[in-house]
Amino acid sequence: MKKVFTRPESFNDIPMHYCPGCTHGIIHRLVAETIDELNMVDRAIGVAPVGCSVFIYNYIDCDMYQASHGRAPAVATGVKRVVPDGVVFTYQGDGDMAAIGTAEIVHAAARGENITVIFVNNAVYAMTGGQMAPTTLMGQKTTTTPHGRESDANGYPVKMAEMLSTLDGSSYISRVSVHDPKNINKAKKSIKKAFEVQMENKGFTMVEVLSICPTNWGLSPKESVKWLDENMIPYYPLGEYKVPAEV
Amino acid sequence: MARVTFREERCKGCELCTLVCPKGLITMSEHINSMGFHPATITDMDKCNGCALCARMCPDLVIEVERDEKKVV
Repeated sequence: MKKVFTRPESFNDIPMHYCPGCTHGIIHRLVAETIDELNMVDRAIGVAPVGCSVFIYNYIDCDMYQASHGRAPAVATGVKRVVPDGVVFTYQGDGDMAAIGTAEIVHAAARGENITVIFVNNAVYAMTGGQMAPTTLMGQKTTTTPHGRESDANGYPVKMAEMLSTLDGSSYISRVSVHDPKNINKAKKSIKKAFEVQMENKGFTMVEVLSICPTNWGLSPKESVKWLDENMIPYYPLGEYKVPAEV
Repeated sequence: MARVTFREERCKGCELCTLVCPKGLITMSEHINSMGFHPATITDMDKCNGCALCARMCPDLVIEVERDEKKVV
C-alpha cells in the first residue's frame, strides 16, 4: 500500500500546543507541505508573530525569526533585503497584523516588498483571552464586547485582503478558509501560488486564512466550523483579490 | 483497500474528523488517552476507501492514510 497522507518532511514531529480543534495546525501543515513541494526548506526563512502561533518556529523545520508584536513584515523586509535568494514569509494573526502591526503591513505592501504573508484571521485576540480584535464581526461577543460588537463604540471590522489589494505594491492577495477539506485544498493552492509569485520576484503577496478559535468563541470545534461558514464568510468573501498578470 | 492509523496519544478529541468522513466511519473512543481526551478511531476499516479527508482536516496530524495504488488500465 502507498501512503496517501503523512506528515510533511519539514514539519517537526512534536505535539502542538494549540487548543483542541484549533486550525492553526492545519495552516502550519499547509505551509510545510508547500515548503516541501517547492523544495525550498534550505531557502525558506519564516518570521513568527506574537500570539498563539508564536511557537511556529518549533514546528516548521526551516530558519525562523521571532519579531516583536506586529513587526513581522518589517523584520521580513530586512531579512529579504539581506538574503534576496531566501524565500521569506511571515505568519501572523489578526491581533498581530491587523491591529498593532497595521503600519508595518500596509507599508511593506506599499513598498512592494518581495515577501509572503500568511495572515490567520480568527476574528478575536486569542492568546490574551478572547478580546475584541479589529476583525471581530459586528455583534460578536468577546470578553471586551460582552454584549456584542457595536458600531457606536467599537467601529467596524477591517477587511485586510481588500485593503491591501488596492495598493500598487501588492502582487498576489487572496482570502481562503480552512473550515472543510474542500477549502483546505483551495487554501493550499493559494499558499503555494503566493510562494511561487515571491520566487518569481513579483512583489508583495498575502494569503488571508479564515480560521476557527473554539476556545474564545465559546463553541465546540464542530460548532465553530459551522459558525465560520455562516458568519465569517458572508462578511469576508473568499477568493483571489489580486493576481499578477502572467500567473 | 485502505488503512487509516490514528496516533491516539496526539489526538485532542476535537471531533473535526468525524464531521468530514463521507461515510461517517469515525467515532470517538470510550477510553481516554494520556492527555485526557477521547481519541478518534475508525469503526469499520473495510468500508474505508482512503480518501484521506479526515487526515486533511485533522489539526494535529494524528491520522495517516495508506491505500492500494490505482491500477493503470
